[in-house]
Amino acid sequence: MKVLVCPLNGARPVSEFAYGGEVRPMPDPDTCSDVEWSNYVFNRSGSPGAKYEWWCHIASGFWFVALRDTARDEVLATYPAEAVRRGLPGAA
Amino acid sequence: MFTRHDSLKAGYDVVIIGAGGHGLAAAYYLARDHGIRNVAVLEKGYIGGGNTGRNTTIIRSNYLTPEGVKFYDESVRLWQDLATDFDLNLFYSTRGHYTLAHTDAAMRTMRWRAEVNKHYGVHSEAVDAAFVKRGIPAIDMSCGGHAPILGALFHAPGAIARHDAVAWGYGRGADRRGVEIHQQTEVTGIRLQAGRVIGVDTTRGYIATSKVLCAVAGFTPRILDMVDLHTPIYVHPLQAMVSEPVKPWLDPIIVSGSLHVYVSQTARGELVMGASLDPYELHATRPTLDFVEGLASHMLDMFPFLSEVKVNRQWAGLADMTPDFAPIMGLTPVEGFFLDAGWGTWGFKATPVCGKTMSHTVATGRNHPLIEGFTFDRFAHYRLTGEKGAASVGH
Repeated sequence: MKVLVCPLNGARPVSEFAYGGEVRPMPDPDTCSDVEWSNYVFNRSGSPGAKYEWWCHIASGFWFVALRDTARDEVLATYPAEAVRRGLPGAA
Repeated sequence: MFTRHDSLKAGYDVVIIGAGGHGLAAAYYLARDHGIRNVAVLEKGYIGGGNTGRNTTIIRSNYLTPEGVKFYDESVRLWQDLATDFDLNLFYSTRGHYTLAHTDAAMRTMRWRAEVNKHYGVHSEAVDAAFVKRGIPAIDMSCGGHAPILGALFHAPGAIARHDAVAWGYGRGADRRGVEIHQQTEVTGIRLQAGRVIGVDTTRGYIATSKVLCAVAGFTPRILDMVDLHTPIYVHPLQAMVSEPVKPWLDPIIVSGSLHVYVSQTARGELVMGASLDPYELHATRPTLDFVEGLASHMLDMFPFLSEVKVNRQWAGLADMTPDFAPIMGLTPVEGFFLDAGWGTWGFKATPVCGKTMSHTVATGRNHPLIEGFTFDRFAHYRLTGEKGAASVGH
């Protein structure tokens, strides 16, 4: 991946972007157990695969979501951040 | 150098996944110190072909936490007579190690590390700019004018060694004591019964065993999926490069956290250089031009006269990172499944002590006292080890 297609700015070199980690649902901190919370805070899905990730176009400060295959470094699709609230296709 | 085995046996007392330095060291000490010789080391590629052959070979113990300092110091001690143990030249070369400070904040961290180190008997001291200039006459103390060197943490025992030879030495020593090393043998599954290990499926057939040690660096999450364990490990590539050979001019090992550079000169005259982690998760080892450009420009800040020197090779390894920059070692919730992982960017120097402590843990079923700060369950209890200030230059 040398070019990332930003939903706002179009195709830009990857050096203009910052990686924000996988999109993960947060458990309710008021009701979840200590184990559930530590699992959310620390544990990650470390194996390769197609994952939804947060990315930020630094120059414009625009956050969005990319579906990226972390084995091959290939971006399969990008979505504006609102897509997370509406529900990403196939995401838990 | 190694015995070739035509087939796997039906079962072994211990199966070690990964024939890198860590896995082979554990096999060596299991056979030598614990008399456990019915051991198979399974390797999907070739001996030492992973991060053992991809690191920048720096050995040091000037860490930040008491757990880290004690652990790595034991490793440095073990390194000293390893070549004699193996009857193999490891090109172990004590050079002295400078961690440069370009800011007041960095100088404070250097003093902190020096005091922790001294408390545990490790030779480290915070030194001023004049000391740095005497030790590294070729350096531009202003670093191009934008990152002047204020001082450093100087660690006299800092050393480099030939990394391939470490894997070969441990492998040959284990092989001669009856351990079987099976290359081109990939683990495809781990069988459990009532929460304990009963066997391992491989591309060359099934093996019965009650003990599995996983020492696979960047492939750890994939093995953990087989036993349904969850860890904070995330994988980013770490790149490195070497220059063409030049006359010897750089004796010590130089690290600059601010400039994201570490560099040493090998016995062949090549400059071995590394920088920080790649910025996002990736499970592939293709290196990038961005990396060479960035690292070369920072090298020139320190050593402008290298501008005509060519880069010969670059490569990448898969670093299994943890949030506290300390490893994850020892027993796991799965009985009979032992982990030696989370070695991110700092695993090579720990090869001997990992072999020692993991062989003890596998043989006795109890975590070795030196790895108690690195346990699997520390995250669930919010008891992180906090090695981040010293483990790499990538932050």
